[in-house]
Amino acid sequence: MKDRLRRTMMFIPGNNPGMMQDAYIYKPDSIMLDLEDSVTMAEKDAARLLVYNALKTIDYQGVEMVVRINPLNTPYGKKDVEAVVKAGVEVIRMPKTETADEVRELEAEIIKWETELGCVGRTLIMAAIESAQGVINAYEIATASDRMMGIALGAEDYSANLKTNRTPGGAELLLARETIVVAARAAGIACFDTVFSNLDDMDTFRAEVELIKTLGFDGKSIINPKQIPVVNEVFVPTEKQIEKSKGIIAAIREAEKNHSGVISYKGKMVDRPVVLRAQRTIDLALAAGVITKEDLQ
Amino acid sequence: MEIKNAVAGTLESGDIMVQIAPANSEGIHIDLDSSVAAQFGGQIRKVITETLEGLNVHDVDIKATDKGALDCTIRARVTAAVVRATGKDVWSD
Repeated sequence: MKDRLRRTMMFIPGNNPGMMQDAYIYKPDSIMLDLEDSVTMAEKDAARLLVYNALKTIDYQGVEMVVRINPLNTPYGKKDVEAVVKAGVEVIRMPKTETADEVRELEAEIIKWETELGCVGRTLIMAAIESAQGVINAYEIATASDRMMGIALGAEDYSANLKTNRTPGGAELLLARETIVVAARAAGIACFDTVFSNLDDMDTFRAEVELIKTLGFDGKSIINPKQIPVVNEVFVPTEKQIEKSKGIIAAIREAEKNHSGVISYKGKMVDRPVVLRAQRTIDLALAAGVITKEDLQ
Repeated sequence: MEIKNAVAGTLESGDIMVQIAPANSEGIHIDLDSSVAAQFGGQIRKVITETLEGLNVHDVDIKATDKGALDCTIRARVTAAVVRATGKDVWSD
């Protein structure tokens, strides 16, 4: 499903079956099983088999399943694609994406296996942007394929590529973050911020989540279940926002009932961006459990 | 099919370490060490045997050290051990 709520995407090393089998219990919106950086070269074969069998067998209870593959120009990338497409993964995450051609190369590889399986179009793609070249090409990457679900920032490689260091305030990431959000919105797809690795500094983590929410990101990549409630809390709409959004949704229904093309709320005309924002507010509120579907009747 | 000594998996919780070696006699011989052997030993042996047969491996010695692995993990680790022991991958080259 291309459009869905994605506040948290939890990274799980692809060679750790204990973590893979329990990850969904913490209710992240997406789980990303990793075949790339968290798996040593000697274990690439075993991790691929583990991820394949896990995807085929474990009931992840509706959590979106993403697999980060190795780059296609390594000896592992194409085998990763074969394995995860055969296992029915929902999204393939490309690491270190720098050009739209790389996305199209992955798409061709996916189509090869989907054609054999008779399920062309099933697998979505997301691309991690982790270099200056990738940021420059963000919009081309975001629009390289109809399968593009989202783009994400990978900050460690990006800041190394910029010849700078990570800082708590993230000044070094600002241009990349804003570029990725703008590219994603222009392309009509989702965008995700990078991981925050210091699990002992939850205050700085919260501040970073607040920042990326303000910038417009859909959600954040996370590395530990204890980060999930913090992200969800930050993304919970305020009571005032929810009430306004409920009013707008009710106004839309009223207009539909009256076959009216014009929607107004509290005397003001409601245009499309307001409707979309109201719908996202309601989705976030529902996901956080602060309202129920009955509240919208 | 020639089998060499090989190993896959770890001793971490939720995993199973599978050591594979050429058989001293015909058939599949499984030496299983598991804290849940009393309840699930039969099932673990069944999954190992089915996975080996599915890969056309019939004469082999297996030493399996289980740390509470799910069936899908057992299948993955046995397959990885066979791939390493035979040099034949299950994916396209």
